[in-house]
Amino acid sequence: MIVPNLHEFTVEAPAVAESVKPGNFVIVRPDEHGERIPLSVADWDPAAGTVTSIFMQVGGSTAKLARLKPGDTIPTYVGPLGRETVIGSFGTVLCLGGCYGIGSIFPIARALKEAGNKVTSILEARSSYLLYWEDKFRQVSDKVFIITRDGTRGKKGHVSQIPEMMQQAGVVPSLTIVNGCTFQMMRMSQITKPLGWKTIVNMNPIMIDGTGMCGVCRLSVGGKMKFACVDGPDFDGHEIDWEEFLARRKSYNPEEIDPLRHSSCQSHF
Amino acid sequence: MPKQTPWERVKNFEEVALGFSVETAVEEASRCLQCKKPLCNQGCPVGIDIPGFIKCIVEGDFGAGVKKIKETNALPAICGRVCPQEEQCEKMCVVGKKGESLSIGRLERFVADWEAAQGKIEVPDMAPKTGKKVAVVGAGPAGVTVANDLIILGHDVTIFEALHECGGVLMYGIPEFRLPKRIVNREVEYVKSLGVKIFTDFVVGKTRTVDQLLKEFDTIFVGSGAGLPWFMEIPGENLNGVFSANEYLTRVNLMKGFRFPEYDTPVKRPRRVAVVGGGNVAMDSARTALRLGADEVHLVYRRSRTELPARIEEVENAEEEGVIFDLLTLPIRLIGDERGWIKEMECLRMELGEPDASGRRKPIPVEGSNFIVAFDAAVIAIGNSPNPLIPMTTPGLEISKKGGIVTSAETGQTSRPNIWAGGDIVRGAATVISAMGDGRVAAASIHRYLMNKE
Repeated sequence: MIVPNLHEFTVEAPAVAESVKPGNFVIVRPDEHGERIPLSVADWDPAAGTVTSIFMQVGGSTAKLARLKPGDTIPTYVGPLGRETVIGSFGTVLCLGGCYGIGSIFPIARALKEAGNKVTSILEARSSYLLYWEDKFRQVSDKVFIITRDGTRGKKGHVSQIPEMMQQAGVVPSLTIVNGCTFQMMRMSQITKPLGWKTIVNMNPIMIDGTGMCGVCRLSVGGKMKFACVDGPDFDGHEIDWEEFLARRKSYNPEEIDPLRHSSCQSHF
Repeated sequence: MPKQTPWERVKNFEEVALGFSVETAVEEASRCLQCKKPLCNQGCPVGIDIPGFIKCIVEGDFGAGVKKIKETNALPAICGRVCPQEEQCEKMCVVGKKGESLSIGRLERFVADWEAAQGKIEVPDMAPKTGKKVAVVGAGPAGVTVANDLIILGHDVTIFEALHECGGVLMYGIPEFRLPKRIVNREVEYVKSLGVKIFTDFVVGKTRTVDQLLKEFDTIFVGSGAGLPWFMEIPGENLNGVFSANEYLTRVNLMKGFRFPEYDTPVKRPRRVAVVGGGNVAMDSARTALRLGADEVHLVYRRSRTELPARIEEVENAEEEGVIFDLLTLPIRLIGDERGWIKEMECLRMELGEPDASGRRKPIPVEGSNFIVAFDAAVIAIGNSPNPLIPMTTPGLEISKKGGIVTSAETGQTSRPNIWAGGDIVRGAATVISAMGDGRVAAASIHRYLMNKE
């Protein structure tokens, strides 16, 4: 656990570590009866053959991952999947991360910096105790801003503060990239649309195979059906049908919460 | 062949068809005329010596029968179950000209199951090692056939499979009640026992590209199979409760969702299900929905019963089990509730006009015939495109308009000389046996290429 309820998960997977790029994800199955779930990658070390993700414990499968101990093995860890985030020479790029997205936007910020961009990183959390990797971001960013809901660190508020903060700091982004929970990506897209800030979001739908076969990860982008696992996961945040996406994300909530109930006292006797 | 009764079998996922007894098998085999110039062989995409293996059954030498089949077919227990024999070998059978064709598929299944029951699987004669290395992408019917043929010819074969289980569509697509997964596992174990190496959880095109693999291997066969499901492009297809058949069947078959919560992958158990489409995948989806406890399952198909592309055996099974066939019906809109879940489907009645390009009579909407039916789930089973990952990541590979890899029909060779392909990645959605036929053709061509390369 890196901060409460968020886990740093490093797996020895040399074949994945060699080919992974910023914006990719992996599909993980925690045990032989487990689901296949997608996790964004947050860092990797090709020399050591390891790949790191940050995930939030939400349902039964992430609870199983959270219970793993150093040295344990899992049956499935496959990737890298999805198209990588486009790293170009954009000028000034705003990288916004929240929750597990603080992890996955880190390699994007790093690659953008290496490509010669001016990188402004913004980390957003409910409270200071939920922030992590600030030091890593300072190494790859020209500017780092912190926003907390309760004001215990950095600016008090939410992503809606960002336009004002950027104005005060004199930052005019030519590209904004958001990695975080669906709500944060949606809010940021709604805020940047009237400002004309091009906004790329890293979508996180339900997936099964993750290789362009099952079609569960479909979403509407610019009125067209797209599949996050092979057409994304990065899309233009201004083009996404967010209401539909939020409804699809929740479609298995009853089943995802049910398994947790099976870990009650009763099941141990 | 004996089957579970419809009222029993809709409550379980056990195999529907129970298989021949020894007596029935010998009796059935005795009906074979042992034609001097048999036609049945010509109907078989992999060219099994059909009179040859049937003669062994008549003589009671079942082991010799299965050995005969395995000369040209690595997967007899699977083909005996899922091949459309009525369109192939049994269609050509001379006995069938006057009466009922010989049940070739059921006899094939019989000898394969007999061998498995003996617990001793015979390994064919293997050619000496050639030192040539072949990579096979995908452990589905095409890939497994290529691997089987080439390892017997002495080449070193490695399969790379994207999913966590081998078998491809045999594992994620075809349900347990039609093809038990232990049988797929058994056939895969057989190919492994011949020395084929298999890496699961390895996505060629992502974990490594085809070109990266070609640095280690002399040739590659691409059998990466089905890709993105097709939808009807009508309003409401992204509502909750609307599934592609690929998703629905993968949840149940590969991920064992029917055993949730023992297995973690959930599957919805709706009461009123519409399955759109008329092929084998649609029948599989409809029959799966019944087994998951639906009160009513409607198969919605825009043409008439005659044009259903599914095997007649599967149509009859579905009818017996209580699937309601809404024929000459075209969905035009899916209607959702305020929370984004499907609640109704709007349809049009159709009538049949002149034959179209496919030779089937073209369905034409009857104007003003709109009607709305209540459903709490819809499964869209109208086909899929070939998997996009390898076409996207392999430069120089010729790709068709529909997204498939273009190959020579005689050899299975692609536009790049050391890459072959076959199965759904070439054909879109086709049958298991056509994929195996592609594998057979490609393996022969790869063998010639490798041996002439010196």
